[in-house]
Amino acid sequence: MNKEVAIIGVGWSGFHPSTPEVSYKELMYAAAVRAYADAGVDPRRDIESFVTVAEDFIEGTSIFDEYVPDQLGAALKSVHTITGDGLHGLATAYMLIRTGVFDVVAVEGHSKASNIQTLDSIVGHAQDPVLNRPLRLNTHFVAGLEMQRYLHDSGSSLEQCAAVVVKNRHNALKNPLASYSANLTAEDVMQGPPLAWPLGRLETATPVDGSVVIVLASGRKAAELSDNPVWIAGMGWCNGSASLESREWSTLPYVEKAAQMAYRQAGIGDPWDEVDFAEIDDTYAYKELQSLEALGICAFGEAGELLMQGAFDPYGEFPVNASGGSLGVGHLLDATGLHRALEAVLQLRGEAGAHQIEDVHTGLVQSWRGVPTTSAAVAIFDNQEG
Amino acid sequence: MTSRINHFPGTSLNEQDFADGKVLFVHDALKAEYAWDTGIAIGTYLAGLKRGVILGAHCRHCRKTVVPPRTVCEWCFRPMSEYIPLQDTGTVNTFSLCYVTWDVRRIKEPEIPAVITLDGASQLGPASLFMGGIMHKLGEVNPEQVHIGMRVKAVWKPEKEREGAITDILYFKPLPKEEA
Repeated sequence: MNKEVAIIGVGWSGFHPSTPEVSYKELMYAAAVRAYADAGVDPRRDIESFVTVAEDFIEGTSIFDEYVPDQLGAALKSVHTITGDGLHGLATAYMLIRTGVFDVVAVEGHSKASNIQTLDSIVGHAQDPVLNRPLRLNTHFVAGLEMQRYLHDSGSSLEQCAAVVVKNRHNALKNPLASYSANLTAEDVMQGPPLAWPLGRLETATPVDGSVVIVLASGRKAAELSDNPVWIAGMGWCNGSASLESREWSTLPYVEKAAQMAYRQAGIGDPWDEVDFAEIDDTYAYKELQSLEALGICAFGEAGELLMQGAFDPYGEFPVNASGGSLGVGHLLDATGLHRALEAVLQLRGEAGAHQIEDVHTGLVQSWRGVPTTSAAVAIFDNQEG
Repeated sequence: MTSRINHFPGTSLNEQDFADGKVLFVHDALKAEYAWDTGIAIGTYLAGLKRGVILGAHCRHCRKTVVPPRTVCEWCFRPMSEYIPLQDTGTVNTFSLCYVTWDVRRIKEPEIPAVITLDGASQLGPASLFMGGIMHKLGEVNPEQVHIGMRVKAVWKPEKEREGAITDILYFKPLPKEEA
């Protein structure tokens, strides 16, 4: 088992639909202070490099890298920002440590979604400016197209997609970080307003504000600093075709490839048997089913049925999004991957509280950058107690 | 070399061809609107400006004062929660004379951005590189006479017009010699 890099500290702040009391910098600071205290490190002395994930259009500031060091304790230190999901940031920090140059690295991601007055328009600018944008469609249409073809080819049903929402928002009842916990029925979900049919509004995660900071250390340093390191056993990432005209609509080959990369490093042959739980993409309800199949946790077309049998419940054979996922907790824009990683770390430490899953050793985390992208990353975490 | 070429291959283009739609292109504009939460430190700072007071934050550990205030000391990473009112007078740390505006127009009378070390704010280090100061503009001054070390004072908007913004200070102007 890979024991090169461990997560030794996690911290978070916010996780509310709006956070008017703090600036994004103060939100980041609160998460960083917690993560550093959790890791037992002084950022000014111990942390050698910092990675943040942010997208300039989302922040409303060009060259956003400039605005991150102070509140992370990173002034006059090695810092860079990448435009990717939180798991891409985690992969970058992992690689920095694997270079042998750095022993302790921090990763940060945040969302101040409540401050963006024209979020749908910003997301619209991810569409191809010449071929797609002139059609003037709200970008959720891409999810509508994908869900339509996925249901058609896989035989999954609208009821099964609605059941993902019911499960995740119900799981969120036990998660104090969650903003959208609720007891709903599949009927409630399907009777909600349509968004991009067959996709309904209630099958779509709602943005929240929040920040997550994760501290990573080399194996040597982790042994010195931490009693409960969570090891990064594997990391993979992959992009598919950006083209709406020629992409694969019913399956997620890029998720499959990213998972294969992570499984190969972690020495995992059959994730259903060798992984204990997963925190994966549920930006849209159908994505949880589609991702489970791409991750090889079950065969194509099987996820919906397994879900209905309770296999993915917190007490099921393979718990999925016991935290409540993005549907229950809220969507943290580019920090979403770090939120999923945070939940997996808490599970592997036995610190997940009321939504703790019993007897877990290996967790899978997967995230997606959202419409219209085909950009995904996968991580395998292990507490080495198995 | 090109003088020996009588005929260039391809079709030449001029501006009129674009205007006539002979060349295809797609135009789009970004609709991006934001409303940033100012938060604890900057919110306090802006409320101070509305009252005509410039607030700095002080770090007891580093014995440094910064303006505008912030909730974390960037040097020691301890929280900063002590706000202190500063003078609205100070010394020019650095400046520039700008002959092109924000919206890219040439102007004859330059705009004069300056970083001004306020009286009461500590010098943040032995080297001038680390001196803190407020970022603003200078006014009521002959551009040729602006210099590093020049003593200046804030010119405020009338109290009723202030709205809790950095523009509640109109600019800084030179202090009369007897007050400098």
